[in-house]
Amino acid sequence: MTGFIRELIRNKYAYLLVLPAVVYVFIFSYASYPYLLVAFQHFDYNKGLFNSDWAGLANFQFFFKSNDAMRVTWNTIKLNVLFLIFVTFFALMLAILFNEIRNKLYIRLAQTTLIFPSFLSWIIVSYMMYSLFATEYGIINQTLKGLGIEQMNWYSNPNPWPTILVSMKVWKDAGMASIIYLAAITGIDGSLYESADLDGATRWQKMTRITLPLIMPTVTILTLLNLGKIFYADFGMIYAIIGDNGVLYPTTDVIDTYVFRALRMVGDPSNAAAVGLFQSTVGLLLVFVANWITRRYFKEGALY
Amino acid sequence: MTTIGRRFSPGVIGIYLLLTIFALACLLPMVMTLVVSFSDENSIVNKGYSLFPDAFSLDGYRAIFANSEIIFKGYGISLFITAVGTVLALFLTAIGAYTLANPQVKYRNHLALFFFITTLFNAGIVPWYLMVKKLGLLDNILALIIPSLLFSAFNMFLIRNFMESLPDALRESAYIDGANDLTIAFRIYMPLSLPALATISLFYAIGYWNDWWNAIMLVDNKDLYPLQYILFQLRSNIQMLEMLPKGAGNEYTMPAESVKMATVIITIGPIALLYPYLQRYFVKGLVVGSVKG
Repeated sequence: MTGFIRELIRNKYAYLLVLPAVVYVFIFSYASYPYLLVAFQHFDYNKGLFNSDWAGLANFQFFFKSNDAMRVTWNTIKLNVLFLIFVTFFALMLAILFNEIRNKLYIRLAQTTLIFPSFLSWIIVSYMMYSLFATEYGIINQTLKGLGIEQMNWYSNPNPWPTILVSMKVWKDAGMASIIYLAAITGIDGSLYESADLDGATRWQKMTRITLPLIMPTVTILTLLNLGKIFYADFGMIYAIIGDNGVLYPTTDVIDTYVFRALRMVGDPSNAAAVGLFQSTVGLLLVFVANWITRRYFKEGALY
Repeated sequence: MTTIGRRFSPGVIGIYLLLTIFALACLLPMVMTLVVSFSDENSIVNKGYSLFPDAFSLDGYRAIFANSEIIFKGYGISLFITAVGTVLALFLTAIGAYTLANPQVKYRNHLALFFFITTLFNAGIVPWYLMVKKLGLLDNILALIIPSLLFSAFNMFLIRNFMESLPDALRESAYIDGANDLTIAFRIYMPLSLPALATISLFYAIGYWNDWWNAIMLVDNKDLYPLQYILFQLRSNIQMLEMLPKGAGNEYTMPAESVKMATVIITIGPIALLYPYLQRYFVKGLVVGSVKG
């Protein structure tokens, strides 16, 4: 104990510097954990955490017995897995293609264009999408009309939305993600390509036999780390684009939007907390599993 | 094969073609938004959104400048929370990182674990919301700055990694000269970590400028809406207007479509202006962050 205090005194200024961050994280993370108990209560804002009635597992039963549980869980996982696969695929492809190009000016221009969407908020993107998909004025329906094909009321048909959301995710994120892969490719030993040239390898052979296998570890590690997050939906994206358009819920409603509505619109914090706790618990398990696999096969890439 | 032959082989042309198609696909929605914001409203009504409107007009922008007090207020709020939030967040993150990077500090790894656990287990929005409510931050401009975004453990680890790569001799010789950690952190480590700090401050600035999560969760007072959240509300309202039957006494004369897109353009404005810097630092920061983890 005296050793502990002596250490604090010896490095008092260093501990002082980290103190604000410690206090901040303590308040907004650790100190808020007791509120998880709300999930087991019929929480009443007026009565507070200590005086609200206990509900046992009723909030969980309410959620899991509803039709929503299956829908939001499935949509969350389905959309996230699709996002992960397609963003990784396109980012990887862009990186490999960029690596083949020597014209610096072209690379700069193309990268500038491809990265820009990642700086926009999903609200802005939702406006841009609206100019594409709007029923009356949207450019897609205008084109369909021009071609004599029947127009579609996009905002009232849930079926095309998984495809649309995946496309927009790729549109927004693939350019930025390709930067990381390009950095990994740049790190590949150049002599490999030189000796391949001497052996008369074609460009295609070099791309598929040298570049691709050598960045696969990076790809796998990043994918595994992201796999730990697939139980958390991108609320900002889904809610900005779908909003409260209930017609589209069957294919687009996710856990995070469900929790948001339960808390802020229905005004049932206990139900929201129960679903949130379900999400956090499964999310934590997924992080452990993903990290365990990563550590087992790619020691250096593990999170901890 | 000659150099010229190699340069223009079908393979290379195919690669250029593919990349160009991608880049154009990225560009199209943005160009579209820009063109619509300058389009004449009648042209939109007749032709729909188009890259080649019949007539251009500044009506959309005029309408914003003439009667959209709420948008200007939102602009002010957004600028304020971005400026104050970024400075506070950077300060909090950077000084904490210095301690974690200092091998003299015996408990630095315990501290790092303390921060790291919160990135593994996220209690969800309900405990967070109830905590913010308990602190009395609801419907307060501070709610747009403090409860989230202000601090990210990942960003702190990134700065720590950068500071750890600086030579230890710097700190040790400063200790010998009688400097304490406060002096060393602010006079030596911060200036030397400028590239990392610039990257992180851009992460924070973009985060604050694009944020509407804090607003939708914590603020009901219209006077405190940041620009992004106003856009969110505006879209819902205009969509509602669109659902009403047209003609029956509710023909709105406001150039609704071009106003919408003009608002989007002025919201993107600051980001587009800063973009050359953003791109350079983001790319560097991303690469550093991903390689060193």
